[in-house]
Amino acid sequence: MVIKTEPFVINVGPQHPSTHGVFRMRMTLDGEVVVDMEPVFGYLHRGIEKLAEERTYTQNIPFTDRLDYLSSMANNLAYVMAVEKLAGISVPERAEYLRVIMAELQRIASHLIAVGAFLNDCGAFMTPILYMIREREKILDLFEMVCGQRLTYNYMRVGGLSHDISEEFLSALGKFVKEMPGFIDEYDQLLAENEILLARSKGVGILPKELAINISASGPVLRGSRVKWDIRKADPYSVYDHFDFEIPTGSIGDCYDRYRVRIEEMRQSVRIIKQAMEQLPGGEVRSQVLQRFHSPVGEAYGHIEAPKGELGFYLVSDGSIAPYRFHIRAPSLINLTALRDMIIGWKLADAIIIFGSIDICMGEVDR
Amino acid sequence: MEVKKQALPYVSSFTEIDRAEGKAIEELKVRSQEPIPDPDRWLDEELHRHVLLARLDDIINWARRMSLFPVTFAPACCAFEMIATAASRFDISRFGMEIFRGSPRQADLMITAGTLTWKLAPWVRRIYDQMAEPKWVIAMGACAISGGTFTSSYSVVPGYNRIIPVDVYVPGCPPRPEALLYGIRMLHSKIAKRSVLQEGS
Amino acid sequence: MTVTLSGREVASKLEKQFPGSIIESSEKNLVVRSESLLEIASFLKTTPGLDFDYLTCITAVDYLDYFEVVYHLTSLTHNHSLFVKARCYERDNPTLPSVVSLWRGADFQEREIYDLMGIKFGGHPNLKRIFLWEGFKGYPLRKDYLQW
Repeated sequence: MVIKTEPFVINVGPQHPSTHGVFRMRMTLDGEVVVDMEPVFGYLHRGIEKLAEERTYTQNIPFTDRLDYLSSMANNLAYVMAVEKLAGISVPERAEYLRVIMAELQRIASHLIAVGAFLNDCGAFMTPILYMIREREKILDLFEMVCGQRLTYNYMRVGGLSHDISEEFLSALGKFVKEMPGFIDEYDQLLAENEILLARSKGVGILPKELAINISASGPVLRGSRVKWDIRKADPYSVYDHFDFEIPTGSIGDCYDRYRVRIEEMRQSVRIIKQAMEQLPGGEVRSQVLQRFHSPVGEAYGHIEAPKGELGFYLVSDGSIAPYRFHIRAPSLINLTALRDMIIGWKLADAIIIFGSIDICMGEVDR
Repeated sequence: MEVKKQALPYVSSFTEIDRAEGKAIEELKVRSQEPIPDPDRWLDEELHRHVLLARLDDIINWARRMSLFPVTFAPACCAFEMIATAASRFDISRFGMEIFRGSPRQADLMITAGTLTWKLAPWVRRIYDQMAEPKWVIAMGACAISGGTFTSSYSVVPGYNRIIPVDVYVPGCPPRPEALLYGIRMLHSKIAKRSVLQEGS
Repeated sequence: MTVTLSGREVASKLEKQFPGSIIESSEKNLVVRSESLLEIASFLKTTPGLDFDYLTCITAVDYLDYFEVVYHLTSLTHNHSLFVKARCYERDNPTLPSVVSLWRGADFQEREIYDLMGIKFGGHPNLKRIFLWEGFKGYPLRKDYLQW
């Protein structure tokens, strides 16, 4: 008896429990094996680049919060650095150290969700992500002490920060930094040699080194493929050259490598925060800048190592109080270029895991 | 585990599907120029309540409001406050709502946690239509109420009530988990006023 | 520290190889002719000493007389970067050659520029709208886009 089979096209998303945000994949499946895939996005395209042209530089800071909404401090930092480069404004040293502390705390918070959601997709239904949200709530409490908000902070300003921190924050931060390495070891102990995690993610979704460089990947996706490129070391911004930390890399570029890179980065972030707290100077946190200042004619590109990759802002100014062109170099959009190559040949369940290990945030992809 | 890697030509020809979806979005945009009125007709009416039906109403409403199942619908930033509400610190399981159903056919509450764009609007209407009666909608966050910061953009719908009828509005950007729980309690008190005689309103 | 190469030095190297292809060059600016964009990009990628193997980003700006597409290139091995620009003077049907064959990271970014600015890239394997839906009228990021 001859059985006739043919490939069929299904829709994964935009509303789906496992896609991180509104992301749609049109998959052509032959049985369970993925034969072709087309990503469709734009379901969260809010037109931020156009709206930003009508608002002053300071009014655009809340827009940057809502790009990658899991790492708002990092987005703020990249934007105010680009504006300071454009307008030639200098930042007091205390503000630089506090910015580094906030950015590294944000990196830990973002990686906790990234790892938790990845494990959720692997099948550990709710346990790892609930443990990690428990730690993340501690970080969000610290941020609430500083600026009153839990998710979209709007804390950094052009020329420094909006206001200084309190003594209560420093003592709570010291307590957090003492406890966090213990928690990271707890996750590692439960997960690093877990059979199911190894079977589902070792060797799955390999991104070769040459392809990773060719598609302009950045962040843990690039470092998981054995490329040692981190903006904090290659092009140090703010005061990162005063600290001593390492850059973890993977070995072959599979999902397990990207997971390990994120866990190690959390450990290095705690190390940086400890050093920043010891070296924190006194003084002002904001240099005097007008609310509606005119920036000189020109252009500037400011980039940082955000938790998801290299986040850059390209600003063009024509001398007025609003930017002429506001472009966001979104790491999640560019990391998605390789998704089709990484998924073809695997089964549908693996496709969800590979997609989860890239760790994207739709607010950034769609802007 | 063996995997077969097959190389295919790059272009997938889904242009007819893209064009049909684009047409659906433009037609929905033309139809949705006015907001849909909020369903609150039955809140102020004086009902003639029989003794037996009053008891039945109370029991049915209690069962319905203490076991609302939300559908996983999480476009944007408010999603993470919704997830924080469902996590162990601001436990949503106290109200019987910890099971977020993946399929809308098994859910009766839609918490709209994110900005709505015209591209997503026909599919939100489809998800809402797939939910079984009685169903409720909580508009969470400034973007869901009126478009929020993005309201003058070329691709953002100014509020979910252009597309689906909304029962409770929870302001904030994003609203704290306590604010979302307050909105859910308001929905509970709204459901408590329903009556068996008004099914289908 | 990533060194941003001077536009003038790179322009002098390019003039020797492709005479007549540079429109403007200064310390921070390097504008090339759009017809020779692909060969210049290939030269920048393959020449030892320049080795720009990583395309950081592509973006487009609408100066009302012309569109300017900015390519930000980086070399991971030498740790230097460069901004290269190309201009389109037509308003109705601007086109540029696509660099997807050299750097695949340009794929979604060129589709985004086509979607929001209307600049077509010849040789792109899948040039269609990416953020807005098929049937959307106009190109929103242009300065003369009227919403209503």
